[in-house]
Amino acid sequence: MTQAAALAIGAQRAESPGLWTLAWRRFCRDRVGLVSFLIVVFFFGLMASSGLHLIAADWSKEVGVNYAPPTFMGPEVADGGPSAPGSHGGERTGEANPFDPLAGVLAEIRAASGAASVAEAQAPTLVLGGDRWGRDVLQKTIKGTETSMFVGLVAALLAAFLATVFGALAGYYGGWIDDFFNWFYSVFTSIPYLLLILAIAAVLNQKGTLTVILILGLTGWTGIFRLVRAEYLKHKVREYIQAADAIGASHARRMFVHILPNVSHVILVQLSLHVVLFIKSEVVLSFLGFGVGVDTVSWGSMLNEAQSELILGYWWQLAAATLAMALLVTGFSLFTDALRDALDPKLK
Amino acid sequence: MLAYVTRRRLWQTIPTLLGVVLLVFFLFTWVGGDPAYLLAGKISNPEQIENIRRQLGVDRPYYVQLWIFIQQIATGDFGESWATNEKVSAIFATRLGPSLTVLVPLLAVDTLLAIAAAMLVAYVRGSLTDRMVMIGCTVGQSISILVYIIVFQYVLAYQLGWFPVQGWGKGFAENLLKYSVLPIIVGVIVSLAPDTRLYRTFFLDEINQDYVRTARAKGMSEARVMWVHVLRNASIPIITNVMIQLPGLLAGAFLIERFFSIPGIGREVILAVERSDFPVIKAVTIYVAIATMIINLIADLLYRVVDPRVQLK
Repeated sequence: MTQAAALAIGAQRAESPGLWTLAWRRFCRDRVGLVSFLIVVFFFGLMASSGLHLIAADWSKEVGVNYAPPTFMGPEVADGGPSAPGSHGGERTGEANPFDPLAGVLAEIRAASGAASVAEAQAPTLVLGGDRWGRDVLQKTIKGTETSMFVGLVAALLAAFLATVFGALAGYYGGWIDDFFNWFYSVFTSIPYLLLILAIAAVLNQKGTLTVILILGLTGWTGIFRLVRAEYLKHKVREYIQAADAIGASHARRMFVHILPNVSHVILVQLSLHVVLFIKSEVVLSFLGFGVGVDTVSWGSMLNEAQSELILGYWWQLAAATLAMALLVTGFSLFTDALRDALDPKLK
Repeated sequence: MLAYVTRRRLWQTIPTLLGVVLLVFFLFTWVGGDPAYLLAGKISNPEQIENIRRQLGVDRPYYVQLWIFIQQIATGDFGESWATNEKVSAIFATRLGPSLTVLVPLLAVDTLLAIAAAMLVAYVRGSLTDRMVMIGCTVGQSISILVYIIVFQYVLAYQLGWFPVQGWGKGFAENLLKYSVLPIIVGVIVSLAPDTRLYRTFFLDEINQDYVRTARAKGMSEARVMWVHVLRNASIPIITNVMIQLPGLLAGAFLIERFFSIPGIGREVILAVERSDFPVIKAVTIYVAIATMIINLIADLLYRVVDPRVQLK
């Protein structure tokens, strides 16, 4: 090929933008989509900087008094509130109880380690209030955001990966392979989703972030699988695949190099949809106590604490976790809608 | 129709059912570990563990255990709960009633309200009302079900005292009119938003069809167009959606039942997971899966009633 011809082709290419460029342009025109995209990016930033311990690293430090109210409400007055800071301070330092058999031991422990922490000033109010131990709710919410988002993202990636491999094999090869995966699919879908998750949580009988990710990822691939399989069925008979066959591309190459980019927009939209679904599931699982471990904070475990706090009148932890989750989930849902519109202009 | 049921559906259902049995068996036998250690708890006397293993049949080869499991499913006799020694079949019999008392009215109210709301916003599509309702649904959907339950229980029951905070009575009328009302309200509010959104798209699909224009062109009233023509056609996907929700409902309102202390199947499942009570979870999983398959079959037959064009091959 001569240089001129190559240049001509280059020029032609520049004139006709690709799928992703077009999608990006359509996306930028969607104002709601852009705002939701910024929200999602913000939460990603929050997750990353919290994960790298840049912020909220010492969320477990008891920086305030017990149930410290949010700053805008001011410190609680001693007579009205059910938990006057003074009385709690008294409990904490502990007036000597003559009948306490552990008094001596406790005093020793305090003398050894507690001196520094007692000396540390405990703020009467915190930005978004404090929890039962006086931990900062703002930092807890950021840490919980990290946990919940991380679980949702990684589980969605795992589910999408499984679904893509299964869907590609089933749709591309057809025949008994297709029958097998369809059977597998119908087995998984005939057990209601939450019931299946709970059953697996029961047999695993161990908490932890990794466990939750595995449970959600290994059970959540079914919805994506069906769509990917349908796409592969559609694409495998197209002419460009015949052409790929003619130039001697292997099955694996045709499946994952030729067809996959053409169905990747479907997977991307589903991935985004499942992140939201998994975040919601993680919150429920952690709330019930089958989710993340006790030393990890997630929105679910925050809601669990908030439930008993609310009865005592301390609503801020509930509000913080709810707001953070609602903002992310709304943002992510709108972002998914915008993504779908941008990637599939025929749909309306 | 009978030929269709026996020839096609049964033919598909049996392998799936077998798959579910294998999946549950695999989960509870291999992944779940040795149940004797779970049961023995603090008494780690090897003799006792051996004894328990023999009682449960865990010491026998896998194919024998699988056969026992299949027999249990066929006879409905899953033995006793490990935690309470109550017969599993008795647990089912006593917990089903409370679950249905809450869930049947919940599903009925939710479906009717969602259809009405969806039809309304689909009719005025693109208007301010439509957009406001859709934004409201999106935001409402993004709040966790847990928050709805916690806040409603706290405000309506604990603070205002309009409903009992939790509990369950003896008589059906008392349960339905006193204890189920708040759980039903919460359940409807939680499921209304996603259902309205979904049904709106079903209605929009139909409203843009040619037959709607034809019906209007021949001077039919708007009410008749919407309620007779559009509703009938949109009801097919709606039936699918309601049917899909049914099996989930059977064990589904875990959270509602747990918060409001309703002695239903969902609460029993959570308790069983907390106590590692395998027989109960196994039984619930298998029977809910069977119920799902039966419901799917009924859904297929229902399409035929709603839409005579549907061919059952």
